[in-house]
Amino acid sequence: MIVEGFDQFRGTSDYVTSHPLRNAVNASIALGRPLLIRGEPGTGKTKLAHSIARDLEKKLIVWNIKSTTKAQEGLYVYDTVQRLNDSRFGDRDISDIKQYIKLGKLGQAFASTEQIVLLIDEVDKADIEFPNDLLNELDEMSFHIPETNDTVTAIHRPITVITSNAEKELPDAFLRRCIFHYIEFPDAELMEEIVRVHFPDIKGALLSEALKAFYSLRRIDDFRKKPSTSELIDWIQALIAGGVPYESVSSEFPFLGALLKKETDYDYFVNKRMARMGDSSTRRW
Amino acid sequence: MFIDFFYILKKRKVPVSVTEWMTLMEALARGYITTLDEFYFLARAILVKSEAYFDHYDVAFQEYFKGIETPAEITEKILDWLRDPLNRIALTDEERALFDSMDFDELISELEKRLKEQTEQHDGGDYWIGRGGTSPFGYSGSHPGGIRIGGTGGGGHAAQIAQDRRFRNYRHDLTLDIRQIEVALKGLRQLSRLGPEDELDLDETIESAAKNYGEIELIWRRSRKNAAKVLLLMDVGGSMEPYALLCSQLFSASHRSKHFKEFRYYYFHNCVYDKLYEDMTRREATSTDHLLRTLDSNFKVLLVGDATMASSELTERHGAINYYDLNETPGIIWLKRISDHFRHCVWLNVESPRYWNHMTVKMIGRIFPMYPLTIDGLGQAMKKLLVKN
Repeated sequence: MIVEGFDQFRGTSDYVTSHPLRNAVNASIALGRPLLIRGEPGTGKTKLAHSIARDLEKKLIVWNIKSTTKAQEGLYVYDTVQRLNDSRFGDRDISDIKQYIKLGKLGQAFASTEQIVLLIDEVDKADIEFPNDLLNELDEMSFHIPETNDTVTAIHRPITVITSNAEKELPDAFLRRCIFHYIEFPDAELMEEIVRVHFPDIKGALLSEALKAFYSLRRIDDFRKKPSTSELIDWIQALIAGGVPYESVSSEFPFLGALLKKETDYDYFVNKRMARMGDSSTRRW
Repeated sequence: MFIDFFYILKKRKVPVSVTEWMTLMEALARGYITTLDEFYFLARAILVKSEAYFDHYDVAFQEYFKGIETPAEITEKILDWLRDPLNRIALTDEERALFDSMDFDELISELEKRLKEQTEQHDGGDYWIGRGGTSPFGYSGSHPGGIRIGGTGGGGHAAQIAQDRRFRNYRHDLTLDIRQIEVALKGLRQLSRLGPEDELDLDETIESAAKNYGEIELIWRRSRKNAAKVLLLMDVGGSMEPYALLCSQLFSASHRSKHFKEFRYYYFHNCVYDKLYEDMTRREATSTDHLLRTLDSNFKVLLVGDATMASSELTERHGAINYYDLNETPGIIWLKRISDHFRHCVWLNVESPRYWNHMTVKMIGRIFPMYPLTIDGLGQAMKKLLVKN
């Protein structure tokens, strides 16, 4: 039996989750620690935050991180240029500094009167020191604005989801404070569920043939880029639209270009298949 | 509670800290964990912060929660054998072609199937795993691509989650894909202000506005960009053949890393002499002298190869493996010239350090700092390239 109130997040109808992932989300909510999500591209890292927000009926604030993003921007920005400009024309009372302080995404999340879900998307895109600069704010859930001598304190601790593509190593001190979950590539069973969310009316035979073909491609290690979930969805869409009979899916690989997007991968696969067909009669164990 | 588990994790080199351990204790105390399954996943989410350590965690988990047996070593040995390109060298060209024609997964799944079916020791024949015979699995067999298996392991059961060790491939000491190489190469950056003046210099702007009695004048400056220049020299052909995939991955990763200010690459065979080649087939050549004269010494040089050759190829006039090259200057002098000209050079060896006893490897290792071509080795090499000396 799980403690009352722990099992908050159960996944939504349009986002299929695994049991360990739900557990990690709930632990992060209950323990008040940020949830760090990693995984292959196209496994739904960003969508997770949207799903949590929908399921718990909370507002979502998205902070998209770019290579130039500074931690300070997430807290607040003091628009000095605007103030300087106003001082020349006397439009506004420039002694009121508050009107030139604009809260960033993190600041908005703290100041919100209700609990919200905060998504810090692709945290590893920013500078290596970026996560460290946020440590204190995420720990204390408050920050100080020296210009106005105000302190912004979180009324409700936001549910924080952080995604990373492992482009840069994240600092240890930052990692220690997070709950970590690695979204594995879905297995055939889970994938079937995911595809059914997108195509509720798909025929069982077509689906199982498509999955069989898809996973046989995923097993080939020599691809530069292995096909992922989003490619599979596109491919199935093409199969349905093209009216391909299910018998020919795994033998002929129609619309292969939807799955293999790199020319070298495409060529490699086609050549390998030709070679295989040639020697299949002579092979024995 | 579970304090031994903490120390086993430490022993297994999982970087766990007391902070994280206390978080786990908090979760336990609040009753969030009730079953072993939940413990496995939640403890992993709290304690382990990289999928690279999931496999270490699995091993530690098995060790602590006994009754789950250690994985059948036999499969591991085979995987190691297959993954190590060195073993392919021992095969003749013909055998290698046959070997490549077989699907790796098929080979493994077939092996697992037969391991289950087989209950007794077996010698000869062409199906069962045993000694002699033409089955692809076994001991001193003659199937091309056959695998030499040392002793049989009792394939224990208790198919638990940790036992599957699905994260084995994420270990840093094993895999190296393009993306990981790219990540490692990103460590190689040297920021300086370059390009058009497109960034507002706020401090200067305020300063000048103050000087002009409040008249605002916007001051722009150049933004910071990576100024690192990279020269990649790769050994191709001959003994490097089994590493072709690895090298092409390294190459495409560096090529895709558009953030270098300049990226140049050339090929050589075994050792650098008076010519470097612009293509893998070594048809178009550029003179090494020309490169040394035209490329400035700030280029960071990565040499990739096994550094293994006959010592005459390195030390003698006309020693080049290609008979018609007739090099007047021994290879080692050329290597020395490269290391003298460029301030930052490293040699990435495709072979693991335990094969670095070869004489030529040692000689080259004295000229260039040498690192293995693994994620860890690459990371260290990048650090070395950034050090000023």
